[in-house]
Amino acid sequence: MLDAIKFYQTGSKTVGNRLLNPSMRSNQASESRPNTLISGHRACQGCGEALGARYAIDAAMRATNGQLMIANATGCLEVFSTPYPESAWRLPWIHSLFGNAAAVGSGLAVAARVRAKKAGNTNVPRVIAQGGDGGTTDIGFGPLSGMFERNDDVLYICYDNGAYMNTGVQRSSATPPAARTATTQLVGSEPGADWGKGKNVPLIAMAHGIPYVATASVADLRDLEYKVQKAMSYHGARYIQILVPCPLGWGCASSSTVTVARLAMETGFYPIFEAEYGKVTSVRKITQKQPVINFLKLQRRYAHLTGKKGDPKVLARIQAMCDENIKSFGLIGDEVPETVPVAIQALERNQTV
Amino acid sequence: MMNKSFAATLNPATSLANKTGSWRTLRPINVFKLPPCNKQCPAGENIQQWLYFAGEGDYEHAWRVLTENNPLPACMGRVCYHTCESKCNRGFLDESVGINSVERFLGDYAIEHNLSFKKPTRETGKRVLIIGSGPAGLSAAYQLRRFGHTVHILEMAAEPGGMMRYGIPVYRLPRNILDAEIKRLTDMGITIECNHKVEDILKEKEEGHYDAVILGMGASISTNVDIPQGDTTHVLNALTVLGDIASHTDIEVGRRVAVYGGGNTAVDVARSLRRLGAEPIIVYRRNRDKMPANEEEMDGAIEEGIQVKWLSTITNAQKDSLKIEKMKLNDQGWPEPTGEYEDLPADAVVLAIGQNVDLSVCKKVEGLQTEKDAVTIDKETMQTTVAGIFAAGDMVPGTRTVTAAIGMGKHAARGVNAYLKGEVYKRAEKHEDAKFEDMHPWYYTDAPKTVRPQLELARRTQTFDEVQHGLTEENAIFEARRCLSCGNCMECDNCYGVCPDSAVIKLGPGKGYEFNYDYCKGCGVCAQECPCGHIKMVPEKI
Amino acid sequence: MLKQIEGSLGIAEAVALCRPGAVCAYPISPQTHIVENVGKFVKEGKLQDCEFVNVESEFSAMSVSIGASAGGVRTYTATASQGLLYMVEGIYNASGLGLPIVMTVASRAIGAPINIWNDHSDSLSQRDSGWLQLFCESNQDALDTHIMAFKIAEEVGLPVMVCMDGFVLTHAFERLDIPSQEQIDSFLPEYQPKEFLDPKEPISMGAMVGPEAFTELRFLIQRKMEKALDVIERVTKEYRELTGHHSGGLLDCYRCEDAELKLIILGSSVGTAKDEVDRLRDQGIKVGIISLKSYRPFPYAKLREAIGDCKKVVCLERSFSYGARGIICPEVKRAMEGTDCDIRTTVAGLGGRAIFGSTINKIVHASLEGKLKDEITWIDMDTKLLNSYLKDAEGVTVPEDALVDDSVLKATVGHA
Repeated sequence: MLDAIKFYQTGSKTVGNRLLNPSMRSNQASESRPNTLISGHRACQGCGEALGARYAIDAAMRATNGQLMIANATGCLEVFSTPYPESAWRLPWIHSLFGNAAAVGSGLAVAARVRAKKAGNTNVPRVIAQGGDGGTTDIGFGPLSGMFERNDDVLYICYDNGAYMNTGVQRSSATPPAARTATTQLVGSEPGADWGKGKNVPLIAMAHGIPYVATASVADLRDLEYKVQKAMSYHGARYIQILVPCPLGWGCASSSTVTVARLAMETGFYPIFEAEYGKVTSVRKITQKQPVINFLKLQRRYAHLTGKKGDPKVLARIQAMCDENIKSFGLIGDEVPETVPVAIQALERNQTV
Repeated sequence: MMNKSFAATLNPATSLANKTGSWRTLRPINVFKLPPCNKQCPAGENIQQWLYFAGEGDYEHAWRVLTENNPLPACMGRVCYHTCESKCNRGFLDESVGINSVERFLGDYAIEHNLSFKKPTRETGKRVLIIGSGPAGLSAAYQLRRFGHTVHILEMAAEPGGMMRYGIPVYRLPRNILDAEIKRLTDMGITIECNHKVEDILKEKEEGHYDAVILGMGASISTNVDIPQGDTTHVLNALTVLGDIASHTDIEVGRRVAVYGGGNTAVDVARSLRRLGAEPIIVYRRNRDKMPANEEEMDGAIEEGIQVKWLSTITNAQKDSLKIEKMKLNDQGWPEPTGEYEDLPADAVVLAIGQNVDLSVCKKVEGLQTEKDAVTIDKETMQTTVAGIFAAGDMVPGTRTVTAAIGMGKHAARGVNAYLKGEVYKRAEKHEDAKFEDMHPWYYTDAPKTVRPQLELARRTQTFDEVQHGLTEENAIFEARRCLSCGNCMECDNCYGVCPDSAVIKLGPGKGYEFNYDYCKGCGVCAQECPCGHIKMVPEKI
Repeated sequence: MLKQIEGSLGIAEAVALCRPGAVCAYPISPQTHIVENVGKFVKEGKLQDCEFVNVESEFSAMSVSIGASAGGVRTYTATASQGLLYMVEGIYNASGLGLPIVMTVASRAIGAPINIWNDHSDSLSQRDSGWLQLFCESNQDALDTHIMAFKIAEEVGLPVMVCMDGFVLTHAFERLDIPSQEQIDSFLPEYQPKEFLDPKEPISMGAMVGPEAFTELRFLIQRKMEKALDVIERVTKEYRELTGHHSGGLLDCYRCEDAELKLIILGSSVGTAKDEVDRLRDQGIKVGIISLKSYRPFPYAKLREAIGDCKKVVCLERSFSYGARGIICPEVKRAMEGTDCDIRTTVAGLGGRAIFGSTINKIVHASLEGKLKDEITWIDMDTKLLNSYLKDAEGVTVPEDALVDDSVLKATVGHA
């Protein structure tokens, strides 16, 4: 009776729900969750990446029954988690370089298979490689593509906060247009990051035809956990890109990390979807559509768009981007898009304001 | 053990040595806010909390929490006008939680499962006399008994219950329900002596060696208005009619009966008469907007085919008909005569324009101060101007509803309890209000598609059948789970989950959470993402 | 077992005998034949419990190797020249993490201009990378050194570069004596990593280390290098006893007894030099060769002992340090500090220019006749070619057919 009624106080959006059967609760709700990234790390207050990493790696720990190893690219996550003499990780973890996490992951996967085979052990530890958007979409892109192409048994997780935060908020190829970074400052006739630049790595990953590609957000834990678990049910190359707001880099309140991530989803700014073998198989629908201004106004990196002096044309252009995302990814309605969606950068480049 | 490299290789989980709590400038704390339903409830029920347990399916626990404040949930689940629901924050999202129907479900559950109140663990030996066994008297008796006092109730009628028995129609409150809940009280050791009209309060107190008295005689006299009448038209009063219906079920009033008044009593009379086959018509001097009667009750009346003559006063009762003067509302919303008249066919008129307190017995007590239609009391302690004599219910100034009477009875009992200990009762300070703005509605909005029809079903059941049928267990849980838990923890694990520093400790079911200030950096994500507004960030002491 | 095979195949056979768990490489001449063969062994099942990974760049080749080694398997890769430079970030990382990877560097010049032929500028560019660098005289030496390299790397806890001359060795068909699997299994036991990523005992490798411990960490790597001197000698001794092959070692002396001049040479030029030395000895010229096998760690004491009281030493360097001089020579001088030994260096064989017996002969005669006036002399310089450019471009020339040394160089730019 209690389980049969599925309309709970909170639907499925809170982290846990005491009314749910424990087996149906999120991994993060468990008192005995792995806490793979433990307290005492040196991430900034309200760090979305720290949150996203614990969410994802805890879920993977559960999916692999603790048989998990991590290769971590250089970046905030690496720096704040393992400054000598303290590590915040509770699972086997290695940091090698900025641009090689995917390749180190491939090597780890080889080693795990070979060791298990030699030992006559069928239980092969699984491998996750992870990094920020800089380490993934820019400097680590070659090794990432190589890992995809070889279909190496590695799940690569990109914690996307849209800039090089560790080095002081410089633009990456994941920085959205018009956003302020230290290398795309709010000066000149077109302040912020240029329009018509950047790349959509999830779609590029799909173009490799790998078994699983997904985007996720720290604002939808259950979706995130589901995707990590699903990713771990596949062998071969997999890619998950998680939107992890950076209060420092985005100029939002440290308390707004989850809120701003949620608005990125609900405005269509950041489409959340999954793809299997190159095809989109599900889309996280927007639950309460909001205008993109609600997302932008929480962040000082867009201060030039939201204040009194804001350029309505630029704002309209960002809104058009979101609307196009909603349309092409089918973020509203019951449909899952049948064609492979087009990277939003194409729209940027195609459009003249 | 591995032969680990110097410095470049670290042992796991060693970051625990780094107490990041020192970074904090703001500190999260749990705050307990007053949910609007609790605030609104005249009986002072902790609605949010009992819904919490009801939602878990722990009905007994829910019932026990409920009955901390109200010993008559099965009755109240039927007759309370549940103004709590009008304040429910869920109303901002979709529709209010059907609190009243869950209360009834719990009340019925307790009767069905023979749940009883716990007897006091210790007898104080103090004796308290309660005059009147209506909701105020019963509530006061219950609370006093829980304190361990000896309680005796004197009731002038043949059976206990006051207005619940003699005022409220059976279709709203079946008497077996009332009997069951009163029996549960007498099982606690409360004694009720019926057919005993008190003529001298002090004498009763002295002779019975009572340490204190609570007056709960109610407002038992119907207000009269002078309507010139011919000899063939009956002019009756509402309480007599309702009392007769309650005692004899079948009475002869007439076919076409005008019920004069716009309050709940008028509606009760009209709907009762309708059930007896009459064709009642309510005559009211103002319009629907200004009508004090409960809206749902009035809707029910209209659905049952009861006619209403709005903006009308009865000036004259003649044979087979009434003379009605049409009214209009002035700017203040008060009726003014228009000088236009019409005839309304009617066999009888039932006056339902108010009730009065019989203050004659009170006036015999020296020093017991009264005011217009009420006994003067200290609003905090419910004590009258005479030490040791307290009053509650319709006798004292305030709202005259069963629920309010229960609340007043509770406070009178607490006033007495403090008095018996030589103290002065001071009501607990209320928490700050849990406003809708404090909540995080995003977390509540979405119902899985497959379940959505159940919502509609539940709401229909609740609104359509409320009087006649209670909720099924399924619907009761459903309703209870719709509670937003305003301002109070519902153990959703959000704070525990969203902390980037794993600095929230989950203590286990029913135990809530603790902040780990060793590591909490004070980012405030927990506070911002708490659906209930239960976490507040306060400046760290430096 | 004796086989007449290409050097690269010999190396592949040697690597296979060491039973690596992971082999990863990216194509670059002249290293490719080695990994092609290893890949074939894996695919055909000759080399079992090993995975061969074709990656998209040398950066990834080194990175996959880092991952595999950190994952606890014996790891091998190979590269050369541009490829070596492309993996440099990983090279430093592997040594910093103490991962005992073995890598062949099929030595080749570095562009620009692009040049696929042999010299030592690629491997010597990684002098300070924290890798052991072992040079090989011959394909047999290279084959044996690879086998020893695994044992040395794993014992020392640092990666090893086996530097063999590209094309000259890798593509040469020679008779090679390949040890049996039983021999190698007894010599090189199954790999037992000192530390590796294991869910049973989680560790965090590759921490960020600040000023508070960085110097100590560096010192401890230097300490490993110091230990490696002993390890190399011990492992060499053991290997030589096992196989009877005269391979490996920190250095090797050829006809050094009573030599008035000792040449210090790295790599395959030693073989050419030996023939020429034999001829010179026949003419009564007392010249010997010190083949420097271990460049890192640099065997200062061993070298000083090998030079002994010989008063003339000339290095033959197939690389150069722009703006400075030779790369080997300063190390030799450091070894001989406080003695009156005359140490000079010569640069030859850059970008695949052949070193013939005549080249050696020229060096020996120049030295003995006192013609090596400066610390450094460029041997085999095509002065006509050089002048054809200098004359047109700047109106200067160098003396034709003269030895081009520092003073000649300086004169062309107008320095005294």
